[in-house]
Amino acid sequence: MTLNSLAATTAFGKDEGTRPEFSRQCTGRLLWSYGCRFSSQPGLRHRGPQPKRAAGPARPEPPAAVGDLLSGPPAAVGDLLPGPPAAVGDLLPSPPAQPRQGQRIRARSARRTGQAPTWGSGAQGPSSRRPGGHQPAEERSRGRRRSRGTGRAGPPVAAGGACGDTRVGPRHGHAAAPPEGFGSLMQDVLWCFSQVKGTIDAGVAESDIISTVEFNHTGELLATGDKGGRVVIFQREQESKNQPHRRGEYNVYSTFQSHEPEFDYLKSLEIEEKINKIRWLPQQNAAYFLLSTNDKTVKLWKVSERDKRPEGYNLKDEDGRLRDPSMITVLRVPVLRPMDLMVEATPRRVFANAHTYHINSISVNSDYETYMSADDLRINLWNFEITNQSFNIVDIKPANMEELTEVITAAEFHPHHCNTFVYSSSKGTIRLCDMRTAALCDRHAKFFEEPEDPSNRSFFSEIISSISDVKFSHSGRYIMTRDYLTVKVWDLNMENRPIETYQVHDYLRSKLCSLYENDCIFDKFECVWNGSDSVIMTGSYNNFFRMFDRNTKRDVTLEASRENSKPRAILKPRKVCVGGKRRKDEISVDSLDFSKKILHTAWHPSENIIAVAATNNLYIFQDKVN
Amino acid sequence: MDTMFVRGLKRKCFDGEEDIEGTLAGIKAIPSYNLQRQSLLDMSLVKLQLCHMLVEPNLCRSVLIANTVRQIQEEMTQDGTWQMINTQSTGQASLDRLVSTDILCRSSRDQAEGKHVPAYGTFNKDFENDQAQDSSDTMSTASAVQAPRNLQSSVWEMENPQENKGNFQKSLDQIFETLENKSPNSVEDLFSEVDNSYYDLDTMLTGMMSNTKMGHCDSLETFSSSTNTASNSNCKSDLNDLDHIVEILVES
Repeated sequence: MTLNSLAATTAFGKDEGTRPEFSRQCTGRLLWSYGCRFSSQPGLRHRGPQPKRAAGPARPEPPAAVGDLLSGPPAAVGDLLPGPPAAVGDLLPSPPAQPRQGQRIRARSARRTGQAPTWGSGAQGPSSRRPGGHQPAEERSRGRRRSRGTGRAGPPVAAGGACGDTRVGPRHGHAAAPPEGFGSLMQDVLWCFSQVKGTIDAGVAESDIISTVEFNHTGELLATGDKGGRVVIFQREQESKNQPHRRGEYNVYSTFQSHEPEFDYLKSLEIEEKINKIRWLPQQNAAYFLLSTNDKTVKLWKVSERDKRPEGYNLKDEDGRLRDPSMITVLRVPVLRPMDLMVEATPRRVFANAHTYHINSISVNSDYETYMSADDLRINLWNFEITNQSFNIVDIKPANMEELTEVITAAEFHPHHCNTFVYSSSKGTIRLCDMRTAALCDRHAKFFEEPEDPSNRSFFSEIISSISDVKFSHSGRYIMTRDYLTVKVWDLNMENRPIETYQVHDYLRSKLCSLYENDCIFDKFECVWNGSDSVIMTGSYNNFFRMFDRNTKRDVTLEASRENSKPRAILKPRKVCVGGKRRKDEISVDSLDFSKKILHTAWHPSENIIAVAATNNLYIFQDKVN
Repeated sequence: MDTMFVRGLKRKCFDGEEDIEGTLAGIKAIPSYNLQRQSLLDMSLVKLQLCHMLVEPNLCRSVLIANTVRQIQEEMTQDGTWQMINTQSTGQASLDRLVSTDILCRSSRDQAEGKHVPAYGTFNKDFENDQAQDSSDTMSTASAVQAPRNLQSSVWEMENPQENKGNFQKSLDQIFETLENKSPNSVEDLFSEVDNSYYDLDTMLTGMMSNTKMGHCDSLETFSSSTNTASNSNCKSDLNDLDHIVEILVES
């Protein structure tokens, strides 16, 4: 069943009408694209000849190929949408960006502009909340021209291990294959400190706390979102021949304010601007696209470089002021002249007003035309081109809210099958759904649940079984789930129990009452796969994070701290002692700092580079290069 | 820490609670399972109420806490713990009637205004209004009374199993309703004059611990002493007059 027939059976009416009425933008273009998008077959994507677009509001031409709306040349921004966007103000031209007073200093390495200090260790003090006023949507920073499409392509190497999976890269050709020996044993991988971003001041501003970390599909870019609604994108330096031992470092590429705090007048509640998730779209042209979401609104951002600008207008002078027509005596044609490289971030789409509850996940589909957003009770399917309508595909809200006992905690699309997705619940179950079976996927195709161990039963059993994150493996055969104390790997073909269970911090099992009291038991840890699906990583307390090698069954605990922050210093494995005798390097359970929690981590898609978010600091570790 | 109880369940609560253990000096070192369960129940109910104060209550957290509360409630019902507490309640008959009339008064007033207030919350609101108006209360008295008040309310809720189940469920439902459609008026009224020490869990548990020593009757007396000021319930006017007279008598 194609998404075209989905269009006819939208479950829109099921909602209690919290969505305001939208006037559908019924331009011919939209209808055309509506039909075109939904009937396209995945895999048919190809880039046709790009129509040249002049600057200014030109009449949009139908793109030659599916998905071309997103793939216009950077100079033609502004003419893709037929009318005013759903969220007024987002696409209005904004004044040039200035660094805000007290802003956490990002980017502008001394090497490039020599103006502001690097956003690295020892940078300025913590930033306060924005003093007020609208942070301009565009943020410009100097950057260096990067060549496109330089994936670390190579023959796919089958990672060692029982699963024997081969990496299947994204369809558009960035087959990021793991380098030789990537599936090597844990003991061969020594993790070294590479970089840390953020301030070291003791007083951490709430808005600086990092809330999401994500590499893009090639690993060239690393995006972070924080509680202040800002997104910072780092770009990897090209490896220099002078210093072969130093792998490419990540430096700030772009910073922008993605979400602002809002106020819901119906409920008299403030909507936080905290970025809950960032997901990258695969790169199809010179620009980068990412989705970022807060509790209620998803936005599609375009990050593009500009190194030319038109000069020599007839009616405007260089400042943009209109010239007096009587003073114009000569006609001239504007000429594109080179300028300093500038990185711009512009919001291309705003997907708002579709969620009553807090969005906890977004996931881009493998057809790259649709994505889903999941809140506590519902999951909606969006098309990237259509912002005023979404399809509801999962709804677990009971008719009577008093009967509510289970909520959705995470959701993700299958990496290759665009009709399949999974979502996890607060009761420790995972449901796999197939969108071909029905428009509303309330009935699951597969149901994954591990029977409870009666010997471990307590009042907190349900709380600690609540799944905080679910991730498909790159191969698409396995899913990994994170609950409070364990990480579990499930085979999609076996529903009754996971194939692997790893204890992250079992020593906390005896502390559950205290952790319930101070609310730490509700912390939502994330988990990630490495590029070859051989190693999994997740965070813990005291700025510890854990890695588990699925093949050798070895695990290691490392710490993200300033003490280990010498360049290329090898991270020493940490150990938590649970018994009476504490050895010299061990730390006892009672000494753990529960305010230092690592909830968000990311792993480079093809290399051994990891990004670990520790409150307001972002640590980047790499494996030791011999 | 790993002692097994009759039921075969591992004790999971009160694991190294150093701040509590100090106050347990007079009591035996390891609290009983029922006591732990009770304190867990109280803690959970407080957490649920605290949810209303947050800018945006986290639905997942609320659901998990509510499920925990339900689980405890079901277990207590199966235990027959409801009935146990019921037998102890005969001595409190007079005050119970006062309490129930208070509920009736409150509910009728609320019905007149067309609002829903959680059953558990009625105790809080009433009590907090009194606290605000009763300036002679010291902090310690306030907290000591609030804590047993907490226990008392749950004890009273336990007196009648059938009724209580309904009330309990009703309070849970109302909590969810409030979560669902948060109306600023009712919720903010609930917490407009809140005493911060009320939300100090240590204090609450401390008060609860000391209350077990006091026994129910003593705590009930302290409760009655706190309701000596005028409140917005007509049913209290009799108490007010009585206490006013007592004060005059005592001072003379």
